[in-house]
Amino acid sequence: MLSVEARATVGALRLDVAVAVDPGECLALAGPSGAGKTSVLRVAAGLLRPAQGLVEANGETWLDTEGGIEVPAERRRCGYVFQDYALFPHLTAWQNVAYPLRRLGRRERRARAVGLLERLGLGERADARPGSLSGGERQRVALARALARRPEVLLLDEPLSALDARTRAGATRELAEVLRATEAPALLVTHDFTEAAQLGDRVGIIDAGRIVQQGTPSELAATPRSAFVADFTGAVVLTGTARTRADGLTHVELDGGGEVVSADVAEGAVALSVYPWEIAIEPASERHHGSAQNRLSVEVLSMTTIGNRVRLGLAGSQPLAAEVTQAAVDQLGLRTGAMVTASWKAAATRLVTTTAGGTTR
Amino acid sequence: MSLAIALTFLTVPVVGIFVGSSPADLISSLGERGSLDALWLSLRTTTISIAIILIVGTPAAYLLASRSFRGKALVVTLIELPLVLPPAVAGIALLAAVGPAGILGGAVEAAGIELSLTTAGVVVALTFVSSPFYVRQAMAAFAAVDRSLLDASRTLGASEARGFLRVMIPVALPGLASGMALALGRALGEFGATLMFAGSFQGVTQTVPLAIYDRFSTDFDSALALSAVLVALSAAILLAVKFVHGGAALGGWQAE
Repeated sequence: MLSVEARATVGALRLDVAVAVDPGECLALAGPSGAGKTSVLRVAAGLLRPAQGLVEANGETWLDTEGGIEVPAERRRCGYVFQDYALFPHLTAWQNVAYPLRRLGRRERRARAVGLLERLGLGERADARPGSLSGGERQRVALARALARRPEVLLLDEPLSALDARTRAGATRELAEVLRATEAPALLVTHDFTEAAQLGDRVGIIDAGRIVQQGTPSELAATPRSAFVADFTGAVVLTGTARTRADGLTHVELDGGGEVVSADVAEGAVALSVYPWEIAIEPASERHHGSAQNRLSVEVLSMTTIGNRVRLGLAGSQPLAAEVTQAAVDQLGLRTGAMVTASWKAAATRLVTTTAGGTTR
Repeated sequence: MSLAIALTFLTVPVVGIFVGSSPADLISSLGERGSLDALWLSLRTTTISIAIILIVGTPAAYLLASRSFRGKALVVTLIELPLVLPPAVAGIALLAAVGPAGILGGAVEAAGIELSLTTAGVVVALTFVSSPFYVRQAMAAFAAVDRSLLDASRTLGASEARGFLRVMIPVALPGLASGMALALGRALGEFGATLMFAGSFQGVTQTVPLAIYDRFSTDFDSALALSAVLVALSAAILLAVKFVHGGAALGGWQAE
């Protein structure tokens, strides 16, 4: 269990947040740059002292400004993955990982470090210096180094943003596996909602130093409490298996049932994204007409008004969200529990391959 | 064309030193008592002042590079001032400060330290004129190190002092080494300030440059021989710096 409460003025930003993460859970804080995401991590790690704050990790108080308790950063057992990884350039990969293991003998340090690198598929690069590692390899060394001390808490600052798009999909999957296998509570920050949705069990949206909404990714997409959250959550992400057909379109069989088509080319396991405002809603009885290729039968679970728009939380084989005008809601007589057809164009359907074969290491 | 002119202009005088003296003369004139004394003195005083510069200058440069405070620009300028001071002025300044009649002369004397016309005085003069070369370079080297490396070191359980020794110093090492080489070269060649502050007494304050000046009208061969030694030493220092930088680049962490 990790809990962080902090009130501080950092430059022009007034930070005022409180988050709690359970053991084995990953909370992803997502927000635009300058929202104060990194500051939350720095408070947790002891690299930034807030004017007022309380940090507790597994029943131990690391910071209590009222009670005058402050455990120095080097005595908090955090595994911190820095945004640009902050690998020590003068040390090899294994020496970086072994840096926190100084109480062990040289032989054991090397064995432990190489073992961790092997777990992340980087065993044969143990003697390379960071300068000669690729972005993805550096990211894994940084992760191995953060895990080396068997941290009580994992803190990850934009762990994937320094990677190019091709490397990112594979790295995301590997990181998700590591997070799943880690007992320590993990706090991750990112500017990318999709990344937060993929890695976080829960997502907190942070804006201008405050957490404006927390919930599961589909809750946030379906029932955003503000226009900011609605815009920030962006695309709905569905998963499935893609196959290219003779018609030149890619057919995706969705996990859990249903099939949709995309104009993007892909093969194998894919993440499919579509923006809520690209999804049109028709009464369930309506016959197929118009140019929309994709039609899914869904139930309206929630209706959230954001200004003059209404965000609909939809339940199909996977959760979905659509955004329509208030006028459309009135005209269709929409209410929660109603069965409707969600439709969108193949051209509005983006595909990203998620298998190892579609990514480079 | 301009490169050829520059190359000729810069190398011919150096070549002249070696052409003008036969190896046999070189060795025999180096064997003279006075020359050996000068070489030994230069070696000792330079080593001591470089040690002082490293021990005091390294933490000072780190503090200047990592802290910001009011008047920092002024402090840095004062530290760098000896860089541009004419050596004769540096000598006069030292006399006025810690010489027998200087503002701190009484205090120095009361402490039982005699500086003017002594070997210790040579060390003071060398340290004064060459330390800014090191401190300046070391500051730049420390400032160029990514602060997040130190943060990472702390989150990995290392105290700030340990991070300084295990991360900051090694990462800044190429810059520190080139600063040290610059200071070393400056100290070896120091002439004006030493002459004015410490004088030129064989075996006590007569360093190699002073010995060269002392000989050149009476014993040109011996002056040439000493000059050849200085050229060789300076070249060795230059090569050593290039090697440190090149080695780091090969190791792949210079560009990081």
